[in-house]
Amino acid sequence: MMHAVAIPPFEHFYEQHRVEVLRLLRRRLGAERADDAFQETFLRALRAYRRLEHGEHLRAWVLTIAQNVALDALRRAKPTSELVESGAEDSRPAYEELAALTDGLPPKERAAVVLRYGYDLSYDQIAAALGSSPNAARQAASTGVRRLRRSVSS
Amino acid sequence: MTVSPDLDRRFREAAFTLDLVDIGFDVLDSPIGPLFVAASARGLAAISFQTDPEDQLERMARIAGPAVLRSPRLVEGARRELDEYFAGRRRIFDLALDLRALPAFTVSVLHELARVPYGETTTYGALAARVGRPKAARAVGTVMNRNRIPIVLPCHRVVGASGDLVGYAGGLDRKITLLELEGVR
Repeated sequence: MMHAVAIPPFEHFYEQHRVEVLRLLRRRLGAERADDAFQETFLRALRAYRRLEHGEHLRAWVLTIAQNVALDALRRAKPTSELVESGAEDSRPAYEELAALTDGLPPKERAAVVLRYGYDLSYDQIAAALGSSPNAARQAASTGVRRLRRSVSS
Repeated sequence: MTVSPDLDRRFREAAFTLDLVDIGFDVLDSPIGPLFVAASARGLAAISFQTDPEDQLERMARIAGPAVLRSPRLVEGARRELDEYFAGRRRIFDLALDLRALPAFTVSVLHELARVPYGETTTYGALAARVGRPKAARAVGTVMNRNRIPIVLPCHRVVGASGDLVGYAGGLDRKITLLELEGVR
């Protein structure tokens, strides 16, 4: 039986993850554009923070938000360019397995599936990570799972 | 690599502007030492002489939710009025207060406490009588001891029946300094 991990005050969460988030965004976007994306990442996280159900996997959660903010920024900048790799780098076994398995999925579906089934996050949390609604997050996860089933059975 | 002060400030500013912060806090300088000050959109929620964020932030999250962020802007009003008070230019605080999560008895005592004028003292028993519980001086003492918003809610103006200062959660030295600032004794 797992006990829910308490949600830390946002200040602690922000202090703990801000350097890693900025590093990731600079790698994806370059130093100049990383600043705006940094702000957007933590605003998205803050917007969803009150609806968190537990404090587990917050690192994976915020890195996924950052990945998606970067993705949005790249899309806006170069609408026709190829999308960047969207999986957060993480050494957790559950993530690794799912990450390999979900490699072929479109980025949003992949993030939704990994966060839902790898980290057991709620659709509210996933929505914040994807910058979408909980319904859209649920849909992305279920479309992703259907797509995986098809690819496994074919 | 670090997050630059400018980037950090911009994020905190945006969080305030978008109204995403449940409780904003900052640590302010004062003549009686650093003060932890916290406020929500409803008003000033806490002042503490104990500035260690570890304890304070958990406490704030229990009051108002986990979106607790250092936010100079949310405590700006309190900072200004406290500065004026310590400079001797303010006798009455005009700040709205956030008394969420406090028991009804505590709130009624604090409301009476707020009416004790600048530069005057009252006793625990007198305060108890004013909330209609003349025998509850001890309970009033407990409310003073746990006062979440000292200075602005002036528990330093409450003394023992014999005139003894009795005690102060922030230490008797601070109580004496505040009373002297207000011209008492």
